[in-house]
Amino acid sequence: MTVNPTPASATPEGGHLLELRDLHVEFRTNEGVARVINGVSYHLDAGETLAVLGESGSGKSVTAQAIMGILDTPPAFVRSGQILYQGEDLLTRSEEQRRQVRGKEIAMIFQDALSALNPVFPVGWQIGETLRQRAGMSRADARRRAVELMDLVKIPGAAKRIGDYPHQFSGGMRQRVMIAMALALDPKVLIADEPTTALDVTVQAQIMDLLADLRRELNMAMILITHDLGVVAGVADRIAVMYAGRIVEHADVRSLYKAPAHPYTKGLLESIPRLDVRGQELSTIKGLPPNLMRIPSGCPFHPRCPYVQQVCVDEVPHDLVLGDGRTSACHFAQEVRDDSVAR
Amino acid sequence: MTASPANPTKVRGETILSVDNLVKHFPITQGVLFQRQIGAVKAVDGVSFELRRGETLGVVGESGCGKSTLARLLMRLETPTSGRATLEGKDLFKASGGELRRLRRNMQMVMQDPYTSLNPRMTVGDIIGEPFEIHPDAAPKGSKAKRVQELLDLVGLNPEHINRYPHQFSGGQRQRIGIARALALKPEVIVCDEPVSALDVSIQAQVINLLKQLQGELGLSYIFIAHDLSVVRHIADRVAVMYLGRIVEIGTEDEIYERATHPYTQALLSAVPVPDPEARDQRNMIRLVGDVPSPADPPSGCHFRTRCWKAQEVCAVEDPATVPRAADPHPSACHFAELRPTPA
Repeated sequence: MTVNPTPASATPEGGHLLELRDLHVEFRTNEGVARVINGVSYHLDAGETLAVLGESGSGKSVTAQAIMGILDTPPAFVRSGQILYQGEDLLTRSEEQRRQVRGKEIAMIFQDALSALNPVFPVGWQIGETLRQRAGMSRADARRRAVELMDLVKIPGAAKRIGDYPHQFSGGMRQRVMIAMALALDPKVLIADEPTTALDVTVQAQIMDLLADLRRELNMAMILITHDLGVVAGVADRIAVMYAGRIVEHADVRSLYKAPAHPYTKGLLESIPRLDVRGQELSTIKGLPPNLMRIPSGCPFHPRCPYVQQVCVDEVPHDLVLGDGRTSACHFAQEVRDDSVAR
Repeated sequence: MTASPANPTKVRGETILSVDNLVKHFPITQGVLFQRQIGAVKAVDGVSFELRRGETLGVVGESGCGKSTLARLLMRLETPTSGRATLEGKDLFKASGGELRRLRRNMQMVMQDPYTSLNPRMTVGDIIGEPFEIHPDAAPKGSKAKRVQELLDLVGLNPEHINRYPHQFSGGQRQRIGIARALALKPEVIVCDEPVSALDVSIQAQVINLLKQLQGELGLSYIFIAHDLSVVRHIADRVAVMYLGRIVEIGTEDEIYERATHPYTQALLSAVPVPDPEARDQRNMIRLVGDVPSPADPPSGCHFRTRCWKAQEVCAVEDPATVPRAADPHPSACHFAELRPTPA
């Protein structure tokens, strides 16, 4: 076992498509400084799906906003770190240069499609707006392309519905409109922030299928931000688990579900009710996620951890490399994984 | 523990709440001065079921299927268009005055959103103690504070926090406050409307365990409304599946999850993401096309027929009754009810 503070897997020729290096973001509020992201590093290669999993307040959405450059500043400030897109650090670019990246290179879809769409313009106009502004298309061309995009995301009767307003669409259809907008400029990276959380389960399945198909057809890379372990298991290649603004475990999705190597991941997997198993009592993670203004010393998970020892209170654990490109930020990662296998 | 069932001699398993053909149509009106009704949203459209003492009846369905309206009807927060419901033999919708107050004491509700269902200007003690103001006979004079502290202890909160405000608690703790408030009057039936859907996974498990533990200790009966089928399987003894205002299938947890005969139930179950990447390519999913139709204009005959792959002409004409079917002896509202073939 080696101690390695940088991401585990080797950098391919020419570098990763997108790479975060030791990103720190804090929120400066009147009550104090909340350390929302504390050294997040991950990477994404062309054509793959990375799931970023975490509970509310874990920093998963703020990381995405930092990549997009849409953090609310103030109160949010990027304190340090790098966001490398095709080898270039986005954080050193000007706002105008970042705007060129947004949408064209990296696009994002949001959880709540109703509030992300403008209620007073037809959806076709909203999809076309990007094309007119950014691709310099004429009104007629933009409209034609908007219909194509609506067809691409399988909105029935696209040509007829192009003049409809967001409230005339169902939740699932609105999310499709959002996806069409995100795809308008042919991005290489799509960030999906809880794309199905607000949807019903049958519609959720439709949207996840659509995203997987589009990712394959258009050869995009996707970052899927979610709290749902079931959704992750269905589509992701790799998974990064976040807790209190850090990535506590990073692994390919199959080995992570088979044998989690961080007590938090292990606790999460054990605490979800399963459709195929009717248990008597769910195991729980005791306590609550930390207040980000007062993150516990050492390992931030130590007050809730069943494996806690003195070293966890005193020392921040480094990412332990466990082989197969897996890392776990736990002093006892090996033991946790062995326990998980034995389970 | 002082909070014990109101009357321990009552038999577990007997029917405590019986609902018969309950209907709630919300009128759609047009015109400002001379309003006329131009239609109705059929939120609940003929729902019948029984709840037995000490059991949990799960109610599942997608948004718009009428499950929350059902909860509000049972709590008498809405007046039904027609139908009957009896709680321990007494008619819920005919009761008024003192009788209604007594009935209400026996049936309480836990709301979905712990952030908006607690008054931010009231202390936890006032919130949990408020039922005692309305029903002074529930707590003898001077014992209110003690009773509130007992309730806090019962739901796993620190009794010393009685003077704190809701914003000082996390989401999971707030939901515990909501549960304590529902328990204050020692009800026998609790209607839980999506009690864990606003909570994070690790907190959700804590609240589900609490609900189960309280049921064991206090002999409560739950109507547990949720859209998450995994959660419902975990807590429910029997499950009712709703679609567009109707119960399309009802049965024991095993009958619904292992031997569902209604195509909607089968599709709903197959769409639930399973947290196991190994199952990714082996699952035999039923993909429903389209969305739930509007409850203001439901399809004729079987409401599900527009999304159903088994639909035939008879489905458009004849409304299938929720009755036991040949495929499996639990009620299912499908002309072509059959067990799902096991994948080869």
